[in-house]
Amino acid sequence: MARTDFGPPDYREMVPPIIKENYGDWKYHTVPRPGVLKHVSHSGAVLHSVRVASPRLVSSDWIYDICDIAEKYCDGYLRFTTRNNVEFLVSDAAKLQPLIDELDDKDYLIGGVGLSISNVVHTQGWIHCKSAVTDASGITKSIMDEMTEYFTGKRKVPARLRIAVACCVNMCGACHCSDIAIVGIHRTVPRINDEMASRICEIPTTVASCPTGAIRPNPKLKSVEINPEKCMMCGNCTVVCPAIKIMDPVNDGVSIWVGGKVSNARTAPMFSRLAIPFIPNEPPRWSTVTDAVKNLVEVWVTNAREGERMGEWIGRIGWERFFKLADLPFTDKHIDDFTHAKTTFRSTTQFKF
Amino acid sequence: MDERKTPLLDELEKGDWPSFVTEIKRAAIKNKSAADLLAQLESSYEENIGHWKHGGIVGVKGYGGGVVGRYSDQPEKFPNIKEFHTIRVNQPAGFFYTTEKLRHLAEIWDKYGSGLYNLHGSTGDCILLGTTTENLQPCVDELAEIGFDLGGSGGALRTLSCCVGAARCEKACIDSMQIIHDLTLHYQDAIHRPAWPYKFKIKVSACPNDCAAASARSDLAIIGLWRDTIRIDADAVREAVNSGFDIFNRVIRKCPSEALEWNQEKKELTVCAEDCVHCMNCINMMPRAISIGSERGAALMIGGKAPVVKGAMLGWVLVPFIKLEAPYTELKEIIDKITDWWADHGKNRERISELIVRMGLANFLEAVGLKPLPQMVREPRSNPYIFWSAEEVEKRG
Repeated sequence: MARTDFGPPDYREMVPPIIKENYGDWKYHTVPRPGVLKHVSHSGAVLHSVRVASPRLVSSDWIYDICDIAEKYCDGYLRFTTRNNVEFLVSDAAKLQPLIDELDDKDYLIGGVGLSISNVVHTQGWIHCKSAVTDASGITKSIMDEMTEYFTGKRKVPARLRIAVACCVNMCGACHCSDIAIVGIHRTVPRINDEMASRICEIPTTVASCPTGAIRPNPKLKSVEINPEKCMMCGNCTVVCPAIKIMDPVNDGVSIWVGGKVSNARTAPMFSRLAIPFIPNEPPRWSTVTDAVKNLVEVWVTNAREGERMGEWIGRIGWERFFKLADLPFTDKHIDDFTHAKTTFRSTTQFKF
Repeated sequence: MDERKTPLLDELEKGDWPSFVTEIKRAAIKNKSAADLLAQLESSYEENIGHWKHGGIVGVKGYGGGVVGRYSDQPEKFPNIKEFHTIRVNQPAGFFYTTEKLRHLAEIWDKYGSGLYNLHGSTGDCILLGTTTENLQPCVDELAEIGFDLGGSGGALRTLSCCVGAARCEKACIDSMQIIHDLTLHYQDAIHRPAWPYKFKIKVSACPNDCAAASARSDLAIIGLWRDTIRIDADAVREAVNSGFDIFNRVIRKCPSEALEWNQEKKELTVCAEDCVHCMNCINMMPRAISIGSERGAALMIGGKAPVVKGAMLGWVLVPFIKLEAPYTELKEIIDKITDWWADHGKNRERISELIVRMGLANFLEAVGLKPLPQMVREPRSNPYIFWSAEEVEKRG
């Protein structure tokens, strides 16, 4: 039998010599041009990292391409960022400009550092997930085509802005704490195939899976029934019982959330909050979603002070002004009715007209 | 070359941003399953619905997870993705690779799979996207030969991930890469053999900027910080201000705890260490002038998760400060106590934070042997419905 449980490759064998030698000894960094980080060590060593956009879903040929480049300019070392960008690690400063020139020639997008809109963190979508309500990659591509100049630094932003796309409410990928989040949602109550449920589903587990107590047993059919008044379309039951189907191509779509962050800088981490409850799926370009995101970004760029993330800006001006400036209707859908509801009610006369 | 037309997906090859459709097409030249994937995706774009079946358990010898079963719901139409399983490959800490390693990985995946990847998945793994049941074992065996092991799936400790940390960041308060590498090796059994109520995630960010988004998406977030005082290089501050940096609006006004004072006359910045909440803003704004403190360790945040089932949570403070040096014995003891308690009491698909909310934070703290501390809460309770145990009150009658 093959060996097991040996873990990932040791990172110490994956980092370039300059990182080994200056590990834990970095003094400061600067951003000499958009997309490039210059790290200076206490030893005086200088490392340049050149960050380029990746589609995240890549082919072997793409891997061979970036390996060719890293071998030419970076002695065969590279890394990926937590937002799926590629970083070429240049320890010989003389190779920096030639690397940038080659990347430009080959249409790689250099950017995503510091004050910029970086790559989108997103989920699998129709490409490879069974519970996908939408295609995360398609929405991501459509949005980033519009945001490219914010990525490359051609257009300026007041602070960093993080976009995430999740193809269902499971929100793989920290969507719930992003400056702008696009989340696939259902709007119709799941349908039960009673005959199938009686054969393959464990009834007590299915009943217990519902966070609002909307599911009860149906002893006559050896199945379950769902109280539509209580169902909030979370889809948890469909995971434990495959006889319950929630996909509804006519009524499924996406929602847009704003103002989340994970960094502790200045303000505490924040959840993203609902801005637009529903937009239908519009493949291949999701133009309504893309226009909505563009609008949100532009309103923020125009109105925020230097250094203000989306949620910090909204915190200062208030949600009432946000909805007005963004020209979005505030509806019953925006009022929380789940576990965090009480924490969102405003118990002060401090508000704006 | 595949003859099927994909007019909708072709639209996604236009525009400046790199296109995943182009990538699938590149793979499809050499690989029939990539071609079928593209064709099936085109039908999803036509019909507004996905075409993957629910579940299906697959596995490889010696592992209880790490591969995820995936089957097309239209196998007659797309026979080459009838089985199209995912292999989660545990990434090297910090996502660093030598090109030699990456090339080997790609050569193996070209041989056994679709030639498509996610670099990387949401949890951190290098995702190999799509192969047959038959090819799983030989593929995993060959990956093992070049030193790549599987990541986690199901009710297991999921693949750990972290920020770049000390490898290339002056703000690193802890060695995030070493920590996850050490924990990953220590917890191989918990990663590879699912034995828990649901997933459990650990992520490490070496400072409170939290570049790994640990506090939002890991059940246990390890966030580096310091507990003495930031260090200020007075000359560098003066230099920045003299060259036009707006220290008042960008730093002083933004300090959340009003810990910074600015003397405009002397151009001097001072900090009141007791007032500082180590938010990172001043350090982020003036990286050459202000740096992290010297007494470094981490805060442990418990309970971060996405909405399913009972709403999203941000991790909250469990341990305000812990020194983190190899072999991380104290940290491992805390992790074991947390996961033991959760394994004993958690219901199916109940994450640790949901269990804590159900059972009460005070009960959880007692179970894991931690004293209640004011840092754990935003504020004390406001309701008078306090639980008292029999031992805390006088016996009556």
